Amino acid sequence: MSASHSSSVERAPTLALGAPLSRAAFWLRSRLFATPVSAVVSLALLYLLLRWGWDFFGWAVLHAIWQVPHDAAGLPQTGVCRAAEGVGACWAVVAEKYRFILFGFYPYAQQWRPAICVLLFIGLYAASAQQRFWRRELALIWAVALVLIGALMWGGFAGLPLVADDQWGGLPITLILATFGLAGAFPLAVLAALGRRSRGMPAVRMLCVCYIELIRGVPLISLLFMASVMFPLFLPAGVDIDKLLRAQIAFVLFAGAYLAEVVRAGLQALPKGQSEAADALGLGYWQKTMLIVLPQALRQVIPMLVNTFIGFFKDTSLVLIIGIFDLTTTGRTAIDEPAWQGFGNEIYLLLAAIYFTFCFAMSRTSARLEHLFSRGQRR
Amino acid sequence: MSEPAILMEHVQKWFGQMHVLRDISLSVETGERVVVCGPSGSGKSTMIRCINRLEEHQKGRIVVDGTELTSDVRALDTIRREVGMVFQSFNLFPHLTILQNCTLAPIRVRRMPKREAEELAMEYLRRVKIPEQAAKYPGQLSGGQQQRVAIARALCMQPKIMLFDEPTSALDPEMIKEVLDTMIGLAETGMTMVCVTHEMGFARQVANRVVFMDRGEVVESGPPAEIFANPATDRLRLFLSQILRGH
Ligand SMILES: Nc1ncnc2c1ncn2[C@@H]1O[C@H](COP(=O)(O)OP(=O)(O)OP(=O)(O)O)[C@@H](O)[C@H]1O
Ligand SMILES: [Mg+2]
Repeated sequence: MSASHSSSVERAPTLALGAPLSRAAFWLRSRLFATPVSAVVSLALLYLLLRWGWDFFGWAVLHAIWQVPHDAAGLPQTGVCRAAEGVGACWAVVAEKYRFILFGFYPYAQQWRPAICVLLFIGLYAASAQQRFWRRELALIWAVALVLIGALMWGGFAGLPLVADDQWGGLPITLILATFGLAGAFPLAVLAALGRRSRGMPAVRMLCVCYIELIRGVPLISLLFMASVMFPLFLPAGVDIDKLLRAQIAFVLFAGAYLAEVVRAGLQALPKGQSEAADALGLGYWQKTMLIVLPQALRQVIPMLVNTFIGFFKDTSLVLIIGIFDLTTTGRTAIDEPAWQGFGNEIYLLLAAIYFTFCFAMSRTSARLEHLFSRGQRR
Repeated sequence: MSEPAILMEHVQKWFGQMHVLRDISLSVETGERVVVCGPSGSGKSTMIRCINRLEEHQKGRIVVDGTELTSDVRALDTIRREVGMVFQSFNLFPHLTILQNCTLAPIRVRRMPKREAEELAMEYLRRVKIPEQAAKYPGQLSGGQQQRVAIARALCMQPKIMLFDEPTSALDPEMIKEVLDTMIGLAETGMTMVCVTHEMGFARQVANRVVFMDRGEVVESGPPAEIFANPATDRLRLFLSQILRGH
């Protein structure tokens, strides 16, 4: 690389830009080794990174145990894993338990149904993140897909055995809670934010302030607990609302209150002239809100919205305390079995990887949307 | 003989304790072009914004195009359809293209078919001499171009009356002329116009009447030639000397 620079001056730039190797070298030198201090820091970090990376590689791959034998009764013999503890990972626990972690107590033979539901959810997310699918039909597709997901999960038609929702578990529960939670919370949040800013209707405004402040002031855990334990006490005898539905409602209320404040921040940031111009053109309140105010206000707060989405996605794991088997709960339950006790590292790494995949996808989508919306619209 | 396009009778307005409009009476005939001037804080913007109820007056009567402005929403809708407004800070919708800015209200408020609204918008964009920018976003245009789009956007509603609140005072000097030329062109079509502006050349050229406001009152009004040549009050004399010194 130094050769390319000490050679003729005219050739140096083309080389630096053209050949990938010398471009990488240039990047390294300018970013990591620009000054003696930064060179020392870079080298130290590089050393740590390599060391830890190598140790992890050894644990996770080289010395890992992928399978364990079973005895005559079909029970796993985890002695090999115990022997390797601290040296190699025991991925056998994942191989053994992944179906339970992903789908909980859903009948084993029927687990293709929640599997399809997970794929449907992922397909919906992926399609919704693409600008070219943003048409009116997308809402219809969402509606159809969500109904289909419900039908598949429950069954009870066309020869599919009925599976009550207290048997559901794992990833579908997490995705259901998060998706329906956000889908319900978002419109609620917009209404609450608009209501909180409405000058003309003090009653509406008070109601929105109370809702937002009350819910925000209470931990999600206690909301869930109230939804699952206290709420049924107030229902007339014989009336029973499904536990999952109660948890879902608690989530909608909770996420709605947080999102409302994010939306309100966006509304507040909008210059007053925008709404005045809409008024002067004769647009009605809802036309003005839907066409002028919200599109701009929401774009303004995409990073904060997605931040809340991500936090909320992970908060679904709190249903643990009311006995709903979401992904985290099935993971924990998987290692309750005596044979597998003590293999939490592997399981939690798996859970972390799954959560990370979804959250990272959200974060990338947010960055893409921000970029898309900022194009050509700077004032 | 025929009733005036805008009639204000003894209009009063307070912001909290501050008395901003004190007994304003003003009538603007159809086809008349009125320029409103006066020192900063004298209530010009408040007065003009009362005409389409961006501000509410608290006493007196305002009748626009035969409809009285009250808290009745229906009356307000009618009036806002007939009154276009151009703001000092353009207030274009930054998330919509120039063409969408212009077609939004005709489509949504006048229920005009999209094709027709687009043809109309292109017609007005041609009139303000920027049809080639139709597909761009406001942020990609210069200030003068944005203000001309704002004028076209208001005209697309085919209003009977146009209000301008200091349309050129946020512009660089070299862009003021292009906006004023557009407004002069509009005046030649016989549009009823009320303009708050300190462009005295423009006032001389197009105004039938200049209204001078100070501290919430109409102090003097009359044809530009007279009022500029022989100001009757010290306040106007002082104001004119300051304006001329500033230019
Ligand atoms: N929304 C408001 N709330 C409180 N006071 C206001 C409000 N809008 C204007 N005022 C006050 O009312 C008075 C008149 O303001 P207005 O904007 O009508 O003046 P103006 O003649 O347009 O001045 P300028 O030439 O600076 O635009 C000012 O003293 C101003 O501070
Ligand atoms: Mg003003």
